[in-house]
Amino acid sequence: MGKPKKWWFWIIVLVAAAVISIGYLSTVNIPILQPKGIIADKEFRLLVAVVLIMCIVVVPVFIMLGYIVWKYRDSNHSPKQYTPDVSGNRKLEGLWWLIPSIIIAVLSVITWNASYALNPYKPIPSRNRTLPVEVIALDWKWLFIYPTKGIASVNDLRIPVNTPVHFYLTSDTVMNSFWIPQLSGQIYDMPGMQTQLFVMADQPGDYKGWSANISGIGFASMMFNVHASSSGQFNLWVNKTKYISPKLNLAAYNRLAKPSMYVKPQYYSSPEPNLFYRTITKYMFPAGKGMNR
Amino acid sequence: MSEISPALRLARTNKLIAKYDKESKTIFGFWVYLMTDCVLFASLFATFAVLRHNTFGGPTAADLFSLPYVLAETLALLTSSFTCGLAVLSAQQRHKNRVVFWFAVTFLLGATFLALEINEFHKFVAMGDSWRRSGFLSSYFTLVGTHGLHITIGLLWMAVMVAFVIKRGITDGTLKRIRMLSLFWHFLDVVWIFIFTIVYLFGVIKV
Amino acid sequence: MMHVFANFWLGKLNLQALPPNAIQWFGALLMISVPIGLAVFLTVTKRWKWLYKEWLTTQDPKKIGVMYIIVAVAMLLRGAADVALIKTQQSISVGHSMGILSSSHFQQIVTAHGTIMIFFVAMGLMFGLFNLIVPLQIGARDVAFPFLNATSFWLFFSGMVLVNLSLILGDFAATGWLAYPPLSELRYSPTVGVDYWIWSLEIAGVGSLLSGINFLVTILKMRVKGMNLMKMPMFCWSVLGSTLLIAFAFPILTVCLTLLALDRDIGTHFFTAGGGGNMMMYVNLIWAWGHPEVYILVLPAFGVYSEVVATFSRKRLFGYTSMVWAIMAIVLLSFIVWLHHFFTMGAGSDVNAFFGIMTMIIAIPTGVKIFNWLFTMYRGKIRLESPMLWFIGFVVLFTIGGMAGVMMAVPPIDFQLHNSLFLIAHFHMMIVGGVLFADFAAITYWFPKIFGFRLNERLGRIAFWCWLIGFLLSFIPLYILGFMGATRRLDHYAAGLGWQQLFIVSAIGAAVIGIGVGVQILQLVYSYFSRRNNLDLSGDPWDGRSLEWSTPSPVPFYNFAKTPHVTERDAFWVAKRHNLKDTRPYEDIEIPKNTPLAMIIAAGALAFGFAVVWHIWWLAVIGLLTSVVSLIVRSMDEHTERIIKAEEIERLDKLYSGGLSR
Repeated sequence: MGKPKKWWFWIIVLVAAAVISIGYLSTVNIPILQPKGIIADKEFRLLVAVVLIMCIVVVPVFIMLGYIVWKYRDSNHSPKQYTPDVSGNRKLEGLWWLIPSIIIAVLSVITWNASYALNPYKPIPSRNRTLPVEVIALDWKWLFIYPTKGIASVNDLRIPVNTPVHFYLTSDTVMNSFWIPQLSGQIYDMPGMQTQLFVMADQPGDYKGWSANISGIGFASMMFNVHASSSGQFNLWVNKTKYISPKLNLAAYNRLAKPSMYVKPQYYSSPEPNLFYRTITKYMFPAGKGMNR
Repeated sequence: MSEISPALRLARTNKLIAKYDKESKTIFGFWVYLMTDCVLFASLFATFAVLRHNTFGGPTAADLFSLPYVLAETLALLTSSFTCGLAVLSAQQRHKNRVVFWFAVTFLLGATFLALEINEFHKFVAMGDSWRRSGFLSSYFTLVGTHGLHITIGLLWMAVMVAFVIKRGITDGTLKRIRMLSLFWHFLDVVWIFIFTIVYLFGVIKV
Repeated sequence: MMHVFANFWLGKLNLQALPPNAIQWFGALLMISVPIGLAVFLTVTKRWKWLYKEWLTTQDPKKIGVMYIIVAVAMLLRGAADVALIKTQQSISVGHSMGILSSSHFQQIVTAHGTIMIFFVAMGLMFGLFNLIVPLQIGARDVAFPFLNATSFWLFFSGMVLVNLSLILGDFAATGWLAYPPLSELRYSPTVGVDYWIWSLEIAGVGSLLSGINFLVTILKMRVKGMNLMKMPMFCWSVLGSTLLIAFAFPILTVCLTLLALDRDIGTHFFTAGGGGNMMMYVNLIWAWGHPEVYILVLPAFGVYSEVVATFSRKRLFGYTSMVWAIMAIVLLSFIVWLHHFFTMGAGSDVNAFFGIMTMIIAIPTGVKIFNWLFTMYRGKIRLESPMLWFIGFVVLFTIGGMAGVMMAVPPIDFQLHNSLFLIAHFHMMIVGGVLFADFAAITYWFPKIFGFRLNERLGRIAFWCWLIGFLLSFIPLYILGFMGATRRLDHYAAGLGWQQLFIVSAIGAAVIGIGVGVQILQLVYSYFSRRNNLDLSGDPWDGRSLEWSTPSPVPFYNFAKTPHVTERDAFWVAKRHNLKDTRPYEDIEIPKNTPLAMIIAAGALAFGFAVVWHIWWLAVIGLLTSVVSLIVRSMDEHTERIIKAEEIERLDKLYSGGLSR
């Protein structure tokens, strides 16, 4: 074990590295640690709570590891303290079955409650009326249909702030995972099935979303913009889109569904009625049967 | 006795124990293998349970299966299990000819079962209800077909076994192999009972 | 006419199967040149016969173990080359730059990296250790079924060959290492890539299953007299746990892969989108195998640490009984947590919460093990040699990684971290910090036992520090990138996200690990050429505790001249202290004869796998027949063993423990 000077050197290196890292990290955007939606915010708080609880065990482990290795190293050997035949101690062993068990019991209660509280299918209570949005994952872009507004968009999700948004999700290709880190956690989108997700942005701004599940060669290009604005601005956008955009009929949809990458935002008006449910049911029944249900 | 040194006696006893150990570990190993095969079938049963209603507009179990036919298959297989047991009994009594005879009967019954199953498969495929038709049929053909494949392997093994017995007679080695073969065969019987109940009975009878 | 002819003889194979670009040609040529280089070397040095007699046909678990480890180390280099490409791509493919690799190629590399590192490196090293150490530790001369053991190895080898063939002919799966459908279905992955993935894992997986059965029976039935289960070394207990898991989990993998193959080859609808298939069932099945697989790898690693810590602290293992209970608790629990790999699939709160809580409960026995190791060191005499360093590195990494694991066990937190680089950092900390570090510790620790000389300690330490620092540098940024929302398997990302700097730091970390790997190779070579200075003449270089140290190094082919005498735990340590001498006479020993049949069976399986990948049906039939006929031939053979007389053993024993090593 080296001289004290050597240790100082390494401590200075470590501190310097820590300072540089923290300095760097404070300048960048870390979505999960800087949530902009109420769900992401709760998920972030939960994360912090769980980390702190675990530190009750983890910190002592690190201290004990350092202390024991240092104290009982060969070159520091004192025969008085050497007990080669100790093979256990019921009380001590019981203690470390017990303490982690208590901590895990506490975490279990937190987990159980959080799983219910943050179930993605759970509506968000609000004074404002919930906005439904249907999401179809395509090769390799996202189609957002606003069934109550009569518009649709590709790779550009616009939502009003402080208004719950109810996503209905499916896929017209392979499995994808819909994720806007600053607003909420992710949910899978699978062909022939529907999943749901509630989010609510509590600050206006531009966020990013993408697919978190590999979906073929265009996987990396599935990034989309999320723009949260006041409901006034949102409605303005809806009306403008309705007025100037081409119609999303079946033919237009089929063209859109063809594989393409790095697709720029596109806007549509009057989407084909029931397009979302047709997309789901076409995987549930043979062609020609069940389409008209 | 007195001229045998203690060392030699020890060596001899050890050898006897070793022989016993070797046989018991082979049989034990075979049991472990059967357990893994059990897990394999369990996975296939789970698959079937998930997909049994996914007919995708195609025929259901009730549309396809005929219980009397399957009962005939079942009887063939159950009887073969019995005759296989007789073969093992004869082997323990070192009756070479009886062993060959009972295995021949078992083989015939097993082959009958297999023929019935292939015929049933053929019928379904000819009607256009192959494994391509729906998730339900995929899982049906795979589960029952995997059992059929095991039966085929069992028959092949039995043929080799009979040749072995005819050529070498019944030695300790053959007896061990016969025991394993019979374990395998009974195991397939048990699996079939589950298939009969879960696939056919539950499929046809509305509970 | 030509077309039909070619179709029959070559199936789907044609000129387009050759690599499409320079980088892939380079990989292919590298893959071809390794076997050719080896063949030339063997011919020039006239070693074919030696190779055949001593290695290819051997049934000796020690040699099979060495072969496992050689293959695994070669695959570690292949996997590391994959890392170099992945890290380069991710450092430069930002904004307008698309990097050096096409998306498809990048995804193939990511898939190959995962597949190879888990199945052919981690599993290979682990089975290598089973073969080398388990029979020695339980005082046995062999495994329960030597021929089956050789077959398992050669099946593993065949799977490895098949994975690497995909570099030369055709492509590899571009689906991620677990090939979720529908992406892995024919409709979305029409090339042979996924088929290569399926069949290499199928073949290697059957090998693993057979090996699992073999070692389960070995441990339960072949222990030396006097060694009851509670007197076994902890490594054997961990192997017992691991093999139990193999026996229950691998059949599920076999089924899962077969069903996917049926979907692709004969048009069934198990996991297809439409047709009545259910893709969620695949995800359940693959993780019902996949989660136990993690513990299949990590339990033996725990066993290695238990041996290393006790030996290098010169103390008994603390809390033996609770260690055993912890292992068995982990075995049980590992089968009821698989759903935590897909909390985001939309299951109900209750289901998610149940699996989350079960997952956290695994942290309890794991924590117990860590405390027990710490208290093994407490009031001991700790020698900080490199196996011990690997252990300390493991505790640091595994604790951080474990903390990340418990975080992700809470479903709502997992919604934010699932499939992100945070997850990648987590499981690399578990598998590299847990499994690979243990393998390195084990190789350093048992190397003198197998080869008769120690590895150079100084280089070992340098390698350790490169690995530890490189690893932290490489994966701490990934935790942060995960918090930034970066997902796994990205071959490109937008410039404005601010990810590039961290990806570059991570790449530098990987390079430092690369230096560590280089140092390890140097360590092997240097130690070999300077072996006269580090010969292990005593057979017990570390003041060991268990039976393997009671026999000379390198271990003679019969393991023990006399079956060891065991009355309590740490049998050899006790014998040394009380200076016990074995005065019993020598006995005859039965040794299995060499046979090429194991290799032939696996070669048949390889031909079958390759043929099914390319739909060359005549070859599939030949391959299958080869395997079946070899198996029948083997089962008819009643003279598979030879006897070595007691006098001969006595002569060899005197030679080994006396003169030879000097």
